[in-house]
Amino acid sequence: MSGRFLLSGEPLDEAAVVSTVASSRAGALVTFVGRVRARSRDRDVSRLEYEAFPEMVEAIFKQIADETRVKFAVDAVAIHHRIGVLSVGDTSVIIAVAAEHRQPAFDACRFAIDRLKQIAPIWKKEHSPDGATWVGDRP
Amino acid sequence: MQITVRLFASHREAAGTAELVVELPAGSRAADALAMCRKSHPDLPSSDRGIAFAVNREFAEPQTALRDGDEVAVLPPVAGG
Repeated sequence: MSGRFLLSGEPLDEAAVVSTVASSRAGALVTFVGRVRARSRDRDVSRLEYEAFPEMVEAIFKQIADETRVKFAVDAVAIHHRIGVLSVGDTSVIIAVAAEHRQPAFDACRFAIDRLKQIAPIWKKEHSPDGATWVGDRP
Repeated sequence: MQITVRLFASHREAAGTAELVVELPAGSRAADALAMCRKSHPDLPSSDRGIAFAVNREFAEPQTALRDGDEVAVLPPVAGG
């Protein structure tokens, strides 16, 4: 059974992520699923290549979850992220938030994915028919 | 002192390796480790712009002082999610 924070080279399992935060106290479960889309910045995407700093990333996920729980007073936050080569339609990230009520759960989930994009040591290379670029390196 | 430098994404590709070990004088700082890597691997991006550092797997400043045996991670702009 996987924990709340996971970096994996294998396909992610939404039900497994949700099960790590669900409880009898939580009347609201909000899940964000990030997927590889076919177009990005006016280019066709053939695949994405994700790379991470594995020894650091799960601690950062825990830090993001702790920040999120304190800020929104939600019960629990889980973050799973995939690395390796992903195709269009593959799931790259799943965040699940459990809270007593829906409003803080929605707000917390949005905050957690925004924070992940800001600080998690993860990179992606976009492969398109015209070539490949590391996202963020672009001028 | 001996410092291990971890490279990721565009930096890893430019250097052709994910890890370098560099010898630095006492008093060196995190950004000095990357500067030393550029001497042996001139294809590394020449600017620190947008680069963050982690020392021993904690976020650090470019000016963070290093000790012998430290690991410096060079973190280009992140793009998770």
